[in-house]
Amino acid sequence: MMATVEKRPPSRRTVLKTAAAAGGLLLVGFDTVQTAKAAPDNAPISPFRSWIQIDQEGQVTLMSGRSEMGQGISSALPMVLADELGVDWKDVRVEQAPNDVPRFGDQGTGGSGSVAGSWMTMRQAAAAARTMLITVAAKRWNVTPESCSIKNGVIISGNHSAKLGEFVAAAALLPVPDFKTLTLKKPEEVQIIGTVVERKDIPSKTDGSAVFGIDTRLPGMLYAMVERCPAFGGKVQSVDMSAAKAMPGVHEAFEIPAVPDVHSWGGVAVIADSTWIAMQARKKLQIKWDMGPFSNESSESLRHEFLRIVDSRLKVVIDQGNVDSALAHVPSARRVDADYELPFQAHATMEPMNCTVRFNGNNAEVWAPAQGPEWVRTTVAQVLGIKPDAVKVTTTLLGGGFGRRYQADFAAEAAQVAKKVPGKPVQLIWSREDDMTHDFYRPASYHRLSGAVDEHGNLIAWRHRSTSTPISEWWSPKDTPESSELGSSTQFPYLCHNYRLEYLPTKSSVPRAWWRSVEASTIGFVMEGYLDELAHAAGVDPLEFRLSKLDGRLVKDPISKDNRPLDTARLKAVLQLAARKSDWGTPMGKGEGRGIACHYSFNSYVANVVEVAVSDGRLHVKRVVSAVDIGTPVSPDAIRAQVESAIIYGLTAALKSQITIKNGGAVQSNFDAFSTLPMNETPLLEVHITPSTLPPTGIGEPGLPPTAPALTNAIFAGTGKRIRRLPIVPADLA
Amino acid sequence: MAITFELNGESKTVDVDPATPLLWVLRDTLNLTGTKYGCGIAQCGACTVHINGSAQRSCGIPVSAVNGKRVTTIEGLSKDRSHPVQQAWIAEQVPQCGYCQSGQIMTAVAFLRQNPNPTAADVDAAMSHNICRCGTAQRMRKAILRAATMQHGGEAGAKL
Ligand code: FES
Ligand code: FES
Repeated sequence: MMATVEKRPPSRRTVLKTAAAAGGLLLVGFDTVQTAKAAPDNAPISPFRSWIQIDQEGQVTLMSGRSEMGQGISSALPMVLADELGVDWKDVRVEQAPNDVPRFGDQGTGGSGSVAGSWMTMRQAAAAARTMLITVAAKRWNVTPESCSIKNGVIISGNHSAKLGEFVAAAALLPVPDFKTLTLKKPEEVQIIGTVVERKDIPSKTDGSAVFGIDTRLPGMLYAMVERCPAFGGKVQSVDMSAAKAMPGVHEAFEIPAVPDVHSWGGVAVIADSTWIAMQARKKLQIKWDMGPFSNESSESLRHEFLRIVDSRLKVVIDQGNVDSALAHVPSARRVDADYELPFQAHATMEPMNCTVRFNGNNAEVWAPAQGPEWVRTTVAQVLGIKPDAVKVTTTLLGGGFGRRYQADFAAEAAQVAKKVPGKPVQLIWSREDDMTHDFYRPASYHRLSGAVDEHGNLIAWRHRSTSTPISEWWSPKDTPESSELGSSTQFPYLCHNYRLEYLPTKSSVPRAWWRSVEASTIGFVMEGYLDELAHAAGVDPLEFRLSKLDGRLVKDPISKDNRPLDTARLKAVLQLAARKSDWGTPMGKGEGRGIACHYSFNSYVANVVEVAVSDGRLHVKRVVSAVDIGTPVSPDAIRAQVESAIIYGLTAALKSQITIKNGGAVQSNFDAFSTLPMNETPLLEVHITPSTLPPTGIGEPGLPPTAPALTNAIFAGTGKRIRRLPIVPADLA
Repeated sequence: MAITFELNGESKTVDVDPATPLLWVLRDTLNLTGTKYGCGIAQCGACTVHINGSAQRSCGIPVSAVNGKRVTTIEGLSKDRSHPVQQAWIAEQVPQCGYCQSGQIMTAVAFLRQNPNPTAADVDAAMSHNICRCGTAQRMRKAILRAATMQHGGEAGAKL
């Protein structure tokens, strides 16, 4: 959460800032024939070519700069637009904007920031359009602008009424008003925001017509695959490509170098007439790998390092009060010492990485399922040795993102293969095995906690020592290593006067980056699982224990001033809501238990209650009740869907999946070894949304962090077995 | 070698290596991209199509095996998203990223043909070998039960 990055890509946090800063530039547009001709092509911000386009038929189109990866952003933003402008939901169309930073601003999608980052700009742009249209109508009718309003796409004043389209041509010639002077609709005037609408991207996802990156089809298109070294950091020593080249349907086989800026590995590429032929041809490559300097790394060696480091002298990041003396004076019954452990995780988006490039000698076209199209553009330009301006990126639908598609390694490879066959479009496809063994994984980590409660159930000491394979080492090496790893443990919400955080990184060759909810996925588990242990040590109900330590104060982040203060009242409120909706405290059967956990991430507040039944060592997760406070809930059904999704992703990581390392590479390579939560193990999911008029915050990720700890807390409640290491294995329940 | 089969009601002849999985013939030779690649080892169900009416994973079936058979893909399910399963999918707002959904829908359609009156447990058992990384299982379960009702003459109804 605190990362700042010198290298590309911009950290997720930086992206949000850029989007906000670009706000002043994002102007409303009117797409009309006349103005299209009138405006010079190099106008800095041509108002007819921006986010909002209204044609003379009154058709309103939102050019969405955000990638649609299932989160429903192509519905949430148009809802905001329709509301502020005054048109009907069904009359707004959405199109994916071409990647063009001057016109559409930064288009990075991630950090749960799309609605949060765009909502004000969208409202202002829509209000500007409304104001301009009303200005024209008022003049034509000779009435005051104040007497005019827009409803369902019709401008009305007294007896006058006409469709928007009638005023578009004239309005487009007006100067765009200063966004600061606009009056936005008040919460009570809003009609679409906060209601349940049908998402616009869904119908095409039921008949095969939705076009993902991998579905790009162009005349004469070829298909490419790359064979990469199984060990991270290895490279080709020698290769015999003759058998592969001799195969019918194979066009080229050649080595490609690593592209260090994007951490792509290089390897041996084949270009063929079809994906299948490329898959067969790569099997015929005779490659001798130089496994590189890290081929001894394994999960065991890494764990060994974790234990060595966590036992050593760590860097003190936060030190409030005097933890050591508080711990020294407490009777052992009220002190808890526990180690927590989490593995690497793969993103495993259902659509494997892919990217299509046509290199035309001095320019290039790219079709990419990307969360960061701008990074794709500069990367492709760099590989091809042309100017970024000469690269046109089309963002397709994304078959899952979860942070993986923020990267540009796949785009670098696609450019490398396209460069070999100028003029021909080439689709670079990763097999599932490529995707799973060459991911940028969620870091592995190890945590040692010591803490204590007094006889009244107060939390009197909390010491959290940890080490991990930090993301910062890969993407922001100039930052402190802990900057990417501690999450909201630097904003400890519970009253506790003696609080210490210590950290040191552990070196690893395993590539890491942002995985859904990033460090909150580990920190949330550790904090909320361990807190539950202290509640039990105090003999206090885990809900009561939490509530009594959330006193309404704001908790600032002493490390990163950019982070917004955590509002303990809002955290408390979601706990109470989740507890109420889950019948917290009512009796349960033998082996059954409820667990609660809450977490603050991406400026959002979520509490989850998980209900389990364990019998004969078999776990049944029955129900998950989630309560969220994300400010104004723009699109409630999309919010519910995102929370459901984050819970399942979190349960999968807690119960099913992990990436282990052997001989310097990933062991699991496909869904046979990396399993996911199937429908018959999917619990009943309930999501409750707190009403609010505060500015909206993110929801793509915050549902995940409290899921695993609520689960292990529930297992403890039902069985007395405390689980501190994920994923849960049968032996944990035996 | 030329292989001829019926695809979404039309006769198709392709001349490819007969060992090529049907999935890649659909996607790369015939440019019918609704059928998806997710794992290539019959684990995820993203590539599910109907062969002579039964749900099969096209990544594991050589195209030679469908010679003379009838293949239906997601594109052939209906002309206008009117199949009850498609309608139910929209009503329950099932898809998120959508990538797995062609395979899920084709699996669900074949299942409902065999079991028009399923219980939730039947649905779970039938759908548990398809992967959705976006976690849409709960909505799919509801959608399938809704589609079953619709097939008995019930209305799609409005959830929203
Ligand atoms: S691609 Fe065929 S089952 Fe996964
Ligand atoms: S909807 Fe994304 S994988 Fe199922």
